[in-house]
Amino acid sequence: MDVSQYLEIFIDETKEHLQSLNEQLLILENEPENEDTINEIFRAAHSLKGMAGTMGYKRMQRLTHDMENVFSEVRNGKMKITGNLIDVLFLSLDALEGYLECIQETADEGTNDNEPIINELNQILEGGVGGGGETPKAKEEEKKEEENTAEKKWLSISLNENQKHAIEVAREKGCQIFGMTIHIQETCILKAARAFLVFQAIEAKGEIIASVPTIQEVEDERFEFDFSLICSSTDNFDNVMKEVRNVSEIESALGEVIEPVKEEPVEEKPSSQSEEKPAAKTEDTKPQTVKAPTPAPQQKKPSGAQQKQAKPIVNRTVRVDIEKLDVLMNLVSELIIAKNSLVAASDSNRTANATVNENIEYLESVTTNLHESVMKVRMVPIESVVNKFPRMIRDLTKTLNKKMELFMSGEETELDRTVVDEIGDPLMHLLRNSADHGLESNDVRIQRGKPEVGSIFLDAYQDGNNVIIEVRDDGNGIDIEKIKEKALERGTVSPEQADMLTDKEILDMLFLPSFSTAKQVTDVSGRGVGLDVVKSKIEALGGDVQVKTKLGEGSTFTIRLPLTLAIIQALMVVIGNEKYAIALGSIETIEDITDQDVKLVGAKEVINLRGNVIPLIRLNEILDIESSRVEGSNLIVIIVKKGDSLAGVVVDELMGQQEIVIKSLGKYINSDRMISGATILGDGEVALILDANALF
Amino acid sequence: MKELSVSDGVIQYIVIKLGDEQYGIDIKYIDNIVRMQHITRVPKVQHYFKGVINLRGEVIPVMSLRLKMNLPEDEITNTSRIIIIKLDVAAIGLIVDEVREVVTLGEMDIEKVSYEVKDERSGYITGIGKSNGGLISILDLNAVITE
Repeated sequence: MDVSQYLEIFIDETKEHLQSLNEQLLILENEPENEDTINEIFRAAHSLKGMAGTMGYKRMQRLTHDMENVFSEVRNGKMKITGNLIDVLFLSLDALEGYLECIQETADEGTNDNEPIINELNQILEGGVGGGGETPKAKEEEKKEEENTAEKKWLSISLNENQKHAIEVAREKGCQIFGMTIHIQETCILKAARAFLVFQAIEAKGEIIASVPTIQEVEDERFEFDFSLICSSTDNFDNVMKEVRNVSEIESALGEVIEPVKEEPVEEKPSSQSEEKPAAKTEDTKPQTVKAPTPAPQQKKPSGAQQKQAKPIVNRTVRVDIEKLDVLMNLVSELIIAKNSLVAASDSNRTANATVNENIEYLESVTTNLHESVMKVRMVPIESVVNKFPRMIRDLTKTLNKKMELFMSGEETELDRTVVDEIGDPLMHLLRNSADHGLESNDVRIQRGKPEVGSIFLDAYQDGNNVIIEVRDDGNGIDIEKIKEKALERGTVSPEQADMLTDKEILDMLFLPSFSTAKQVTDVSGRGVGLDVVKSKIEALGGDVQVKTKLGEGSTFTIRLPLTLAIIQALMVVIGNEKYAIALGSIETIEDITDQDVKLVGAKEVINLRGNVIPLIRLNEILDIESSRVEGSNLIVIIVKKGDSLAGVVVDELMGQQEIVIKSLGKYINSDRMISGATILGDGEVALILDANALF
Repeated sequence: MKELSVSDGVIQYIVIKLGDEQYGIDIKYIDNIVRMQHITRVPKVQHYFKGVINLRGEVIPVMSLRLKMNLPEDEITNTSRIIIIKLDVAAIGLIVDEVREVVTLGEMDIEKVSYEVKDERSGYITGIGKSNGGLISILDLNAVITE
């Protein structure tokens, strides 16, 4: 079977299962007796094995198989969860992730057999159960288990009077009645189509009397991986089953002949005898009107091997390639550009009648809504990234020999998919940093009267058009003097400069390349390639990162990210004869300032705004433009913010607010950091986008 | 014609003029040739970048081929054009004085530049082609754009 078309789905689902395994194992480590967790783990491992097998990844299958054996023993109560066992299982998960990475890159699982892990698993299996030769037994048991749970679901089909009657009619005609349960492979993409083929195969031989879920539900794909049915046929049982098993992608089909049950009351018989044939006929064409299936799914819930927790039956989602969404987003961008040029045209042509303007306004609201909708489609919760961190902290606890705990909140906060994909590494760096440098060792903590177990917090929340992610620890905090010493030692600043620096400026030096204050280079961090990478990555995503610290009490790294990358609301300004866009998100207020209000502090111009002393930035000087401002007139100052600090940006003229589409300048042009991109205005002209954050 | 160019190393070049000299650009890299239009200046970039233009909704950086090759500043005339080059995926525009014609040159028609001639421009040239008596310097686009 050619499975390449399923590769993406396989990768996605394997990731989900691995994640679930990681999470459940963490729970299990704390509550070794939690049966739900053990069952959940067993199921996930079982599905993994099945999927890997179907895709032909033998090594992966073998490893999952051995893991499953261990889980099976645990589930049967023959083995206790030990720290060692959890460690080995985590190692196995890492190995599986390795396979998956390989598959993702080359569509092949690679050649690493992970023999040591498999050996260890088997040792545990033998040691834990006592006595050799247990592996095949475990396998058998697992198989039996499976059969017990999966088998004979048709017995729970409750028949209504019409169906019972149809059975009797069929018997009278010399047909046999069969009950069967068909399992479709979990990797099957078109479950409904397979089920349909099964129905067809049976109907060629006889008639379907009842089905759970109903035929209609099955055809709508509203079933997990199995369905049960009762049918009648003149052919013998084996032949019917053979036809059913001939349908591809059927995992198993179990069934048996149902012998007539005598004690049935016959009250219904007289009424339906008159319409023997039609009754039987209608039953197989419209079983969906029957009430029977409603209680049935309830009954089979606990036995369904693959069912996760109460999953809504109708969970209609579509997996969409991110590239298709990119195309959609580009089209929306172009639409907005076109809309902007319509707006510009109608503005310049004052004679345009009211209807045109009305319709343009309507178009504007439609495009804005369209943009929001497309953006929402691209938004995913950061959960997918942050949920691997508890595991990481657990491992760090062991490698660093420090007790610590991670508290997370706001995992459901949503961000653009592209941002979420990129945010994992920076966050990991920050967490490792907190664990390694932030938190003191347990002894020191006790001495200082802190709780022995260190706490690291990861909080995410939305703040206007931004998403804030904070990494906080209750550790030692950052010693500002030490950074200063280091900076002097490295020659980053001169002694005179060092005295002038504010605490914040000193802290910002942490983000300079190769600036690590760790005394010792450890495996975890301290190689000096942490914070500057974090900073550049976050800035590449259009965000910024800041740090606050209090010596002895801990530090907080705050990451601020824009909700979307492609389209933003911006204020258009004019400097000289050039137009620039400034993201509205970074603008605090706009002020009218007279020349007299501008004071000099040192060599820098500042203004005093309601008690705040704010540095003044003259854009025309930075951008090498001749200002068009009339000498002596008031200054137009845009107050922009970056984190907690403000700056005043002087422009010549304000044009107004506009929705702009961000375009890159291309890779050949080495633009300054303060130009974050360009946009196309309504009249087709290109305007550059100023990154207010880079002006500080 | 096409079959020919594939079969025996015959390549089509667009001949452009910078001052009095003729240069050839391999036609397969050329995405488009547009008239001069308003170029939005981008501050603080390499001196030979004149800015960016809007080409059907795409923002494309535009480079002055003259400045890149240390020739005097462009004089924009009626014949000035921007040649849009597509290398890999990113596009870039080159300002030229004039676009002349398309010529087809075989390997035989092109002479490799001797390395004796060491000046600013020779680094951007892979060879000299001869066509109808005129000499055409074949531009090494990779060198022009990426350096």
